[in-house]
Amino acid sequence: MEVNVKDEQLADLHAMWRIRVLEETILQLRIDGDVVGSVHLENGQEAVAVGACRTLRSQDAVFSTYRGHGWALARGVPAEKILAELLYRQTGVNGGRGGSAHFSAPEYGFYGENSIVGAGAPIAAGAALAAKFDGTGRVALTVFGDGAMNQGGVSETLNLAAAMDLPVVFICENNKYSELTPINDMVRNPDLSARAHALGIPAVRIDGNDPAQVSTAVGLAITTAEHGRGPTFIEAATRRITGHYIGDAQTYRPAGELEADEKNEPIVRLKNALAAQGVAASTLESVEQRARAEIAAATERALAAPLTDPSTAREHLYV
Amino acid sequence: MSETAKLTYGGAINAALARCLEQMPETLLFGEDVALPGGVFGVTRGLRKAYGERVFDTPISETAMLGAAVGASMMGRRPIVEIMWADFMLVAFDQIVNQAANVRYVSEGRLSAPMTIRTQQGNAPGACAQHSQNLEALLLHVPGIRVAMPVQAQDAYDLTLAAVACDDPVVVIENRTLYAGAKAEVQIGGPIPAIGGHRLRRAGDDVTVVTWGAITSSVEAAVDATGISADVIEAVWLNPFDTDAVLASVRRTGRLLVVHEANLTGGFGAEVVARVVESGVSLSAPPRRVGALDSRIPAAVQLAKTILPQTDDIAAALRSLVAH
Ligand SMILES: Cc1ncc(C[n+]2csc(CCOP(=O)(O)OP(=O)(O)O)c2C)c(N)n1
Ligand SMILES: [Mg+2]
Repeated sequence: MEVNVKDEQLADLHAMWRIRVLEETILQLRIDGDVVGSVHLENGQEAVAVGACRTLRSQDAVFSTYRGHGWALARGVPAEKILAELLYRQTGVNGGRGGSAHFSAPEYGFYGENSIVGAGAPIAAGAALAAKFDGTGRVALTVFGDGAMNQGGVSETLNLAAAMDLPVVFICENNKYSELTPINDMVRNPDLSARAHALGIPAVRIDGNDPAQVSTAVGLAITTAEHGRGPTFIEAATRRITGHYIGDAQTYRPAGELEADEKNEPIVRLKNALAAQGVAASTLESVEQRARAEIAAATERALAAPLTDPSTAREHLYV
Repeated sequence: MSETAKLTYGGAINAALARCLEQMPETLLFGEDVALPGGVFGVTRGLRKAYGERVFDTPISETAMLGAAVGASMMGRRPIVEIMWADFMLVAFDQIVNQAANVRYVSEGRLSAPMTIRTQQGNAPGACAQHSQNLEALLLHVPGIRVAMPVQAQDAYDLTLAAVACDDPVVVIENRTLYAGAKAEVQIGGPIPAIGGHRLRRAGDDVTVVTWGAITSSVEAAVDATGISADVIEAVWLNPFDTDAVLASVRRTGRLLVVHEANLTGGFGAEVVARVVESGVSLSAPPRRVGALDSRIPAAVQLAKTILPQTDDIAAALRSLVAH
């Protein structure tokens, strides 16, 4: 099959713009008071979700963190349903029960965000365990941050998955910070992939701001899992170019860091690369505008939907 | 030397921690984001600068943090650990229940674990199910762990001091919706209070209301709105719990209402009711409890409102009690 690299890059650019605009829209809704509570954006980290999700198959299962709007979108959850969830509408993926930090949409292979750091990893291992018995060929993918590597449950899970050859892909989005604390102050060995490697798991460190590199790594991980060789660990270097949560003033960042990160963020980088290949500015512009139009329409529909009826609040606790 | 300062709730905790670090050289203060950033709620701001290496940031490793507190306290340090949300303490419950709680008892008193866990809990608008729980009953079920729940700035100051000075493990459960509230006059620098006791927030004759945590202000609002003559006993210490004060009040009023934000089943309100009923004190109405419905907590504000106790629910319970 002939792969047109330029088309693939344009598709990645579009997918990243969709996430960026979704997050910008959520920020505005939060500022306007339509969305309330704690919200974590993934601006700057879009390439990881985009590269991974375009490589996953429909039978695969994604487990993300609270920083998961973009992962859901990349997995195929319609923007309208994500926005409606954050706006507590009936049309939201969980009718507002999950909210920004804890929603799921299994019908799209998105098995949910998690607001307990590191907790998604063992659950993903369980989804992989099920695959050993259910004949689906499912690969489970869990994404978590650098800080989550210091959670005991993550280490336990890495070993469990290795010992049992579970078809699971661990992606560590190393964005250099765990909330307000630099990861390198909290570890002695800054190579986080070394921990997985020490447990016998194939582990790679990649540029997480390049969707193509992410896609290649995830593709190899799927092949490894399909051949019964168990888990893969991917440490994807990236940066968030917004605060940990909306309202984080980011005073912990050294001077100039944010500016440097903004120059290297994945949308800017891919745009520059495409322009250098001779793609017309108008083409690049239309990719962005297509994403903006889609999210704007989705926002309008989400806002117009009715709030979830409070009388349903007690439903779904048990069967 | 006692003086007063105008402090927020968060500021009062900060002042108490500063005093502990100043006057008790064996104290250590640690947790996620507490040192250089000064805490995600700013409660520990400035303490690293003032007290240096005894104040430090930790990895996101609640088991290691709490286990290290147990071990350091056994060796004579006095660790103060921040667990950012009570929900996260569940990741490391072993170190609280199997470890810290056992140290003194099973060593026949040869060892002790004078550690303080500061955490905060409860719902705030939009908070997800994993950041909304009220978990005090889990801790109160565990003999060997003291539990305090300050709501006012003065209590935040006093209870923090008492907790740190206590020679047993203490969990101080704060509430994030209170940290940056209005400033109040706080007496600082006085003698370090002992653990235990209650606060009488309203005095009355017709009903005894026992409550704790941030919902205390809803209780006060309900009492004021209904005009019912009520004793409002805020149990700032839940272990030790001031059972005598509750019994003395109910003996006078003959009616009992317990209000907590935690859900009803297995909540500490059931324990309070049981103690009152078992005492044989004569009641003119069956005791009542108001708490969250037995449910997970939805992020959606309009749904959470129907699960969590509101001022109107408390007022209705008060009215029905005095109608007896
Ligand atoms: C068990 C637990 N401890 C602490 C927290 C609070 N917390 C939420 S996000 C976070 C930082 C996580 O950092 P990282 O894993 O690097 O992910 P990032 O947010 O950078 O994507 C912390 C400490 C939590 N949610 N759960
Ligand atoms: Mg991080």
